[in-house]
Amino acid sequence: MPSDKRFIIAPIALISAIVLLLVVGFAWAAGWIGGRRINGGDVIAALDYNGGKHPGYRRAHAKGLCLRGTFDANGAGAALSSAQALARGRYPVIGRFSIAGGNPLATDGRNVFHSMALILKTPDGQQWRMAMDHTPIFPVADVASFIALQRATRPAPGTGKPDPAVMKLFLAAHPEVKAFQDYMAKAVLPDSFANATYYSINAFRFTGRDGTSLVRWQFVPEAPLAGLDKKALDRLPRDWLFREMEARTAKRPSRWHLRLVVANPGDVTDKATVAWTGTHRTIDAGTLTVAAVEPEEAGACRDLNFDPTILPAGIGLSDDPLLPARSKTYSSSFTRRAGEGPGPSAIGKDLHGETVR
Amino acid sequence: MTCRPTDFHPALRVVHWLMAAMVLAMLFIGVGMVSTTGPLYLVLLALHRPVGIAILMLVLIRLPLRLATGAPTLPADLPMLQQRIAKGTHVLLYAAMLGLPLIGWAMLSAGGYPVALTKGIALPPILPHDLALYALLREAHTVVALLFFALILVHFVAALMHGLIRRDGVLRSMTVGHAKPAVGPPTPTEKYSTTPAADDD
Repeated sequence: MPSDKRFIIAPIALISAIVLLLVVGFAWAAGWIGGRRINGGDVIAALDYNGGKHPGYRRAHAKGLCLRGTFDANGAGAALSSAQALARGRYPVIGRFSIAGGNPLATDGRNVFHSMALILKTPDGQQWRMAMDHTPIFPVADVASFIALQRATRPAPGTGKPDPAVMKLFLAAHPEVKAFQDYMAKAVLPDSFANATYYSINAFRFTGRDGTSLVRWQFVPEAPLAGLDKKALDRLPRDWLFREMEARTAKRPSRWHLRLVVANPGDVTDKATVAWTGTHRTIDAGTLTVAAVEPEEAGACRDLNFDPTILPAGIGLSDDPLLPARSKTYSSSFTRRAGEGPGPSAIGKDLHGETVR
Repeated sequence: MTCRPTDFHPALRVVHWLMAAMVLAMLFIGVGMVSTTGPLYLVLLALHRPVGIAILMLVLIRLPLRLATGAPTLPADLPMLQQRIAKGTHVLLYAAMLGLPLIGWAMLSAGGYPVALTKGIALPPILPHDLALYALLREAHTVVALLFFALILVHFVAALMHGLIRRDGVLRSMTVGHAKPAVGPPTPTEKYSTTPAADDD
């Protein structure tokens, strides 16, 4: 062992330098230092700012109802994707109907997303998770804009509506939101979960017999579309849509057709804000039958994350930046509510005869 | 004199350095992926699970190999406390290599997630679907990972102190190894040589 201090200083300096480099590199990788990046917590903070804190619930689409059913694939989808879910056969489905927003006890009388999430399991051990809305497009195209949207549309205390001054600034900075606003103003707000068309929102990359294509899909209901009176939404009983779905399903199952829509050359496939117009190659890939609905306390859907990036082989991600943002945010929301412990659902609360707020 | 080897078994040395690279990469991938909602999140997530399972498989090969081939004795002049710390950190390093991927696998199982290695290959769950369990394991995955990184830094500093300051052949026993003595066990001069050129480990 060299006793001379001069022999020790250089190695110690070298060791310290390497350790410092590793620690700084690690801190940078973790996002603790360096450029600001948007993480799942940032999106959740924006959702909480908009809808209030509701520990134990999904940070978005907090109010829901579990569903069970089957998907009967007719085999036509195999042209686009090798996923077993599209090969002829019957596959079990669990899922969840929900209404947008972070409040699990919110009223159904709002002009917001009506949604259907599904998990389709196939015998090859694979899963296709979907989280769909009743609109073909989304208001924003990326996560930074989504955060800005949540902040701008926060219901102001008193009016219950977004602050017009804040909204004006937001819309000026985000002209892409106009397409969605126009759609929502004109579109019928479905008066049942059963008669809404649910859209994949994002495009996905399908690989099958015909090669690779970018696809958006939709579940088209057999029940004829009828709308809620948008002028009378504030008079709608709080759980009207959920009750209607329970009553309807008790009598008969509801059905949808899975329609796969293939992008034309020139279609925007990485921005959910842009609708595809004109004629497209479409394939009716099969029928979804929802045979039962249950409150979240009793159903299988509550403790699952309907992450739309959990896909079977044969279906992959597109370049849409909303997909990783959705995946990360859903995961952060899932982890938080898992730690907080679940609370009663709006429908489950009634079941137990508790007073509803 | 004992008949224990002067170096780690060559196979063990190869696995050590392979795993060193993989584990370090995994820790960076792990903290990196959870830090962002950007496209890198899904790219890193797709790497994280197969590399994690590969680490688990490698440590399942490495641990029996290490137990079968043994480890060289630490220099006799190393204080007993340091010898104990050395032994303790190595036990903890093995525990982390084994535990972290298992916690990850268990956590995904408890969360009701498919444990997808790649597109089309999923592992079976090793725990029942239980959200409270998921929350606990998810937290443990982060805490153990951060402790693992700290432990690796300690291990790394200790290795370089042996190699650059003490120059006692400990680092060499996990790198190029010692030249085989012509006859008999190494003499103290060979083992504790202070000639810089001969002891550049």
